[in-house]
Amino acid sequence: MTEEEEHAGEPTRRPDPTLGRGFSSRPQLPPVRPDGRAAHRRRAEKDEQTREPPAPARTRVVLADPKQRPSSMRPRVELEQTSTWGAGMVEDLARRQLRAALGVAAIVAVPFGALPLLYFLAPTFAAMQVFGVPLAWLLLGVLPFPVLFGAGMYYSRIADYKENEFANTLNGP
Amino acid sequence: VQVNPWALAAVACVVVVLFTIGNRSARPVSTTQDFLRARRTVRSRRNAAAVSGEYLSAASFLGVAGVVLTDGADALWYPIGFTAGYLVLTLFVVAPLRRSGAYTLPDFAEARLDSHRLRTLATWCVVLVGLIYLVPQLQGAGIALGMILPTPMWVGAVVVAALVGFNVFAGGMRAVTVVQAFQYWLKLVTVAVPAFVLCGVFLTSGAGGGEDGPLGKPAPPVFHESTTVRVDTPVTLTVVEPTGLRAAGTVDGAPAHGAVYWSPSVSHEVAAGTTLWFAEDTQVPVVESSEVRDSDWLTPGDDGLGATLRTYSLLIALCLGTMGLPHVLVRFYTNPDGRAARRTTVHVLLLLGLFYLFPTLLGALSRMYVPELLLTGESDAAVLALPTAVLPGVGGQLLAAVTAAGAFAAFLATSGGILTSVAGVVSTDLLSGRARDFRMAASLVGAAALGLAIALRPAGLSVTVAMAFALAASTFSPLLLLGVWWRRLTWQGAMAGMVVGAVLVLVALVVNVGYNLAGTSAPWYTLQPALFTVPAASLVVIVGSLLSRDGVPEGTSKLMLRMHAPDVFGLGQERTNHQPDTAGQDQPQEEVERLRRGRHRKPTREGS
Repeated sequence: MTEEEEHAGEPTRRPDPTLGRGFSSRPQLPPVRPDGRAAHRRRAEKDEQTREPPAPARTRVVLADPKQRPSSMRPRVELEQTSTWGAGMVEDLARRQLRAALGVAAIVAVPFGALPLLYFLAPTFAAMQVFGVPLAWLLLGVLPFPVLFGAGMYYSRIADYKENEFANTLNGP
Repeated sequence: VQVNPWALAAVACVVVVLFTIGNRSARPVSTTQDFLRARRTVRSRRNAAAVSGEYLSAASFLGVAGVVLTDGADALWYPIGFTAGYLVLTLFVVAPLRRSGAYTLPDFAEARLDSHRLRTLATWCVVLVGLIYLVPQLQGAGIALGMILPTPMWVGAVVVAALVGFNVFAGGMRAVTVVQAFQYWLKLVTVAVPAFVLCGVFLTSGAGGGEDGPLGKPAPPVFHESTTVRVDTPVTLTVVEPTGLRAAGTVDGAPAHGAVYWSPSVSHEVAAGTTLWFAEDTQVPVVESSEVRDSDWLTPGDDGLGATLRTYSLLIALCLGTMGLPHVLVRFYTNPDGRAARRTTVHVLLLLGLFYLFPTLLGALSRMYVPELLLTGESDAAVLALPTAVLPGVGGQLLAAVTAAGAFAAFLATSGGILTSVAGVVSTDLLSGRARDFRMAASLVGAAALGLAIALRPAGLSVTVAMAFALAASTFSPLLLLGVWWRRLTWQGAMAGMVVGAVLVLVALVVNVGYNLAGTSAPWYTLQPALFTVPAASLVVIVGSLLSRDGVPEGTSKLMLRMHAPDVFGLGQERTNHQPDTAGQDQPQEEVERLRRGRHRKPTREGS
C-alpha cells in the first residue's frame, strides 16, 4: 500500500490497541520493496554504497496490506473532540448515506410493493403464464431473492465508497 | 402414522452431532477478554452463515411450505419478507449499530437515550418477543415428532424444550459461530436434496406440464387413492361439491359412525380424535380460510381487499421486525467493525435467498401429493410428509429422515439462540447477572413458552412467527431507526411509542387467541396488525420526542459521531477492555476496572 510507504519514515507512534489485529503484539519490521530493496531511502543508499546484500530474513514485504489502519492520527483526534467542523462533516456524511439507503430501498420497495395491489386490481395479470409457468410464482418465488441480494451489494459498495472518500478528504491528498 | 426408524436415527444423529460440535469447539469462554479475543477472528462470510443458521427457524423450514400448501401464491410473501428484513438491516441499521458498541437491544436503548427505565421496558419487550417466537418453534417440534412417532403434540414440544434447556444449562449451546454456521449448511442441504429428488420424480413421472397442469383446475385437489385420515386437532372444513365419506367419531357436534354426506352450502366441524375414510378420486375437504380451489391457490390477490391489506401488513411486520429480534442483533457483535457487519448482512441476503427457493417448491409439490394435510389442519407437516408420499418404500423413508433431521436442527438452533439471548438479557437487566440467575431466567422463559405452546392451538407456524415479528417491529423498529438517524429522539418519546406498540399488538394477539379458541377465523387486522401498530408507535415516538425536547441526552452528538464516522477513524465505541498495561494510562482506574469485569452497565442507577 502506498500510504504505508509514505508514512513509513515518520517516527513511530503508539498504536491504538483497539485497531487492527494483534497490532501491538506483532513485531514491527521495516517495510521492504518486492525486489528486496528496503523502502527507506537512506538505508537503500547506504546499501548501494557498501554493496552489502540486504538481509533476507526478518523483513516484511509490503505488497498490499488488507488491514486498514488510520494513516494519520490528526483527523481522528479532531473528530473525536467533536469540533463543530468534524461533527458537521460526519453529519453530512450520515445524511448522504441515508439518502443513498432510501434510494436503494425505494428502488426495491416500489416495484415489489406495488405487486399485491396490482394482483388485487388486475386478476388477468395475476393469472398470466409464461411457458406454462405462472408468472406470479416466478415474480414472487424466485425474482425477489437475487434483487434483494443485488440491492444489498449495491448499497454496500456505495456506502464503502462514500466512507473511503470521506476518509481521504480528511486525511488530505 | 407409521414409525420411521430412519428418521428417528437421523434426528438422534443431529442432536448428538450438534451437542458434540458445540462442546468440542467451544473453547472455554469465561471472561469478557476471551470473548473479545474470539470476536476478531470471525470473518464476515462465516458470520453470515451463522446468522442465517440461527435465523432459519421452524417457521422457515416447515412453516413456509405449510403456508404455501394452504394459501398458494399469496404465501410467497412470507419468504420475501423474511429475507427483506435483512436488506432493511443493511441499509439503515447494522453498520451504525455495530459502531455504537451496543450488544443487545436494551443496551442500545440505554446507550443512546441514557435512561434506565427505558432499558427495563426494552428488556420486557425482548422477553415478550422471545416468548411469542418460541411458542411456534415448540409447536413445530410437536408436529414434527408426531410425524415420525405416534405421539401426541405435546410430547415433541417437551422433548425439544428439554433438549434446549439441557444444552443451555450444560453450556453446550454457547453462541459458537462454527455450530451456527454448520447449522445453516445442514438446513440448506436437508431441504435442497429432497427438493431436487422429489422434483425429479415429479417431472419424470409425467404428472406435470400441460397448459392447465395438475394445479390449474378450478377444483380442490383429489385423493389419488383411498385414504384414511385421523384428525388430531378440531377443524372446520368446507367442500365444493357434495362429498360422501365414512367417519368414526364426532362430526358437526354429533357422534358419527359410518357413511356421512357433506353438502357444500355449510361448513363442517370435525372434533379431535375422529377418523375419516375417503374413496379414491374424492375431492379433498379443505380447512376453512385456506384456498379451496387449485386455480385460486395458483393465482395471487384473489381474496379481496382484506387479504391484500393483510399482505402489506405482513410485509411491514417482517421487514421491520427482523431488526428487533433478540437473537439477530447479538450476532453482529462478532464482526470487528461496522463495515464488516454490513458485508455480513449482504451475505445473509444471498444465503437466505438460496434457502427459501426450496421450501416454496416443496410446498407446491405437497399440494399434489399430500392433500390430506389440508383437512387435518397440520399443513406445517408438509415437508416431512411429502417424501414418503411421493416415493413409497425405503427411498422415501430415507428422504423423510433427511428432512426430519433438518427440522430438528431448525428447532434446536433457533430455540437455543432465542432462549440464550433472552435469558442473558433477563439475568443482567432484571436479576443480578450471576450464572445462577442466567439459568433461572432460562428455565422460567422456557417453561412459560412450553406452557403456552401446549395450551394454545397451533395456528400455522409462519402466521404465529409473523406475530412475533409484528411485536418486534412495533416496539423496536422506531427505537432503532430513529435512534440511528434522528438526533431529537428522547427517552420519553421512545418509551411512549414502545408502550403503545406493544399494547396494540398484545391486544390483537389476545383477540386472535380468543377467536382461535372459539374455533372461528379472526379478522385480518388481528392476525397481522403491523399495518396499524407500526405507524402508530412511530408517530407516538416522534410526537413524544418533539414534546419533550429537554429529554435529549447530553452525549447525543458524540454518540451520533461514533455511529456514523467511518470505521477507519476508530471511533466506534468498543466494549473493550484493553490490556490493563496499555489502557490504564489514558483511562481512569475505576473505568478500567469496570470494563475488565465485563459489565457494561453503569455502576450507579441514576440514568433516568
